[in-house]
Amino acid sequence: MTNWWPGRAVRALLVAAVLALSTPVMASQPPTAAAQDGFVPVSRAAQQETIPAARLVVIAYGFVWVMLLGYLWSIWSRLGKVERELHAVSRRIEAGDRR
Amino acid sequence: MRKLFLPLTVVAAGMFMMAPFLVDGAPYESTMGLVQKIFYFHVPSAMTMFVSAFVCGISSAVFLFKGRPAADRLAVAAAELTSVFGIIVLVTGPLWARKAWGVWWVWDERITSTFVLWLIFNAYLLLRKYGGAGSERLAAGLAIFGMANVPFVYWSVNVWRTLHPKTTVVPTLQPGMRGPFWFCVTAFLLLYVLAITARAHLEAERARLEEIYLAIEE
Repeated sequence: MTNWWPGRAVRALLVAAVLALSTPVMASQPPTAAAQDGFVPVSRAAQQETIPAARLVVIAYGFVWVMLLGYLWSIWSRLGKVERELHAVSRRIEAGDRR
Repeated sequence: MRKLFLPLTVVAAGMFMMAPFLVDGAPYESTMGLVQKIFYFHVPSAMTMFVSAFVCGISSAVFLFKGRPAADRLAVAAAELTSVFGIIVLVTGPLWARKAWGVWWVWDERITSTFVLWLIFNAYLLLRKYGGAGSERLAAGLAIFGMANVPFVYWSVNVWRTLHPKTTVVPTLQPGMRGPFWFCVTAFLLLYVLAITARAHLEAERARLEEIYLAIEE
C-alpha cells in the first residue's frame, strides 16, 4: 500500500499556500473589538474623531513662523556673540602690542 | 550681497506677512477643504529643504575634492538649514495628514524617506559638533550621500503606492492656487538665500576667531 500523504516539502508548500491565501481574507475582516464588546453611538465616535481644520492650519502656520523667527534670532545672537569676542580679542592684542 | 542684504530682508519679511492673505484668498480644494491650505507652506518648505540638501552636498564635494574652506563653511550652513526646513516639513505634514488621511503619521515611502533625509543631515551636524579633528571630511562624505537621497525622496510618490499626493500636483495647480503657491515658494527661497548668507558669515567669523587664537598661542 502506497502512502498517500505527501512528503514534507509538499506539506510545507500546502501550509504556505493556505496561509498566503488566508491573509487577504483575514485582512479584509472588519475590526471586531468594538462590535463584540458593545456598540458605540455614532455621535460620540464622530466627536472624538473631529479635529477642526482651522486649528490644524493655525498650528501649522504658527509653527512655521516660530521656527523661522527662532532660527533667524539664533543666527543673529550667535553672530553677535562671535563678533563681541572678536572685538575683545582684537583689543587685547592691541593693548599687548602697545606694552 | 552685503548692500542687498537689508533691502532683501525687508522684501522677505513683507512677503511672509502678505502670504497668509494670498493663501486665504486661494480656492478651497474639493476633497480636503480648509486643511489643504497647509500645502502653501508645507511644499515650499520641502522644496527649500531639497535645495539646501543639494547646496550642502555640492559644497561638501567641492571641499572634499578641492579643499576649499569656504565651501566647507557653506556646507555647514546648508546642513543646518536642511535640518530647520526638514523639521518644518515633518511637523506641518502630519498636521495636514491628520485631517486628510485620519492619521498623524504613516510609514510610507515618501514620509519615511523624508525622515531619513532629515536624520542624515542631523547626523552631519552632530558629526561636526562632536566628531573632533578630521570630522569635516567624514561629514562631507555623509552630505554627498544625503544629497543623493533627494531624488529618491522626490520620485518615491511616483514609484511606490503611497497616500501622499504625487509630483503631478504642482504642475497641474489651478490658476487660483498657482499664484499664492509660487509666491510662497519665492518667499521661502529668498529667506533661504538670506539665512544661508548670514549663517555662512557666522562660520567665517568663527574661523577668523579661531585663527586669531591659534596665532596668539604660537
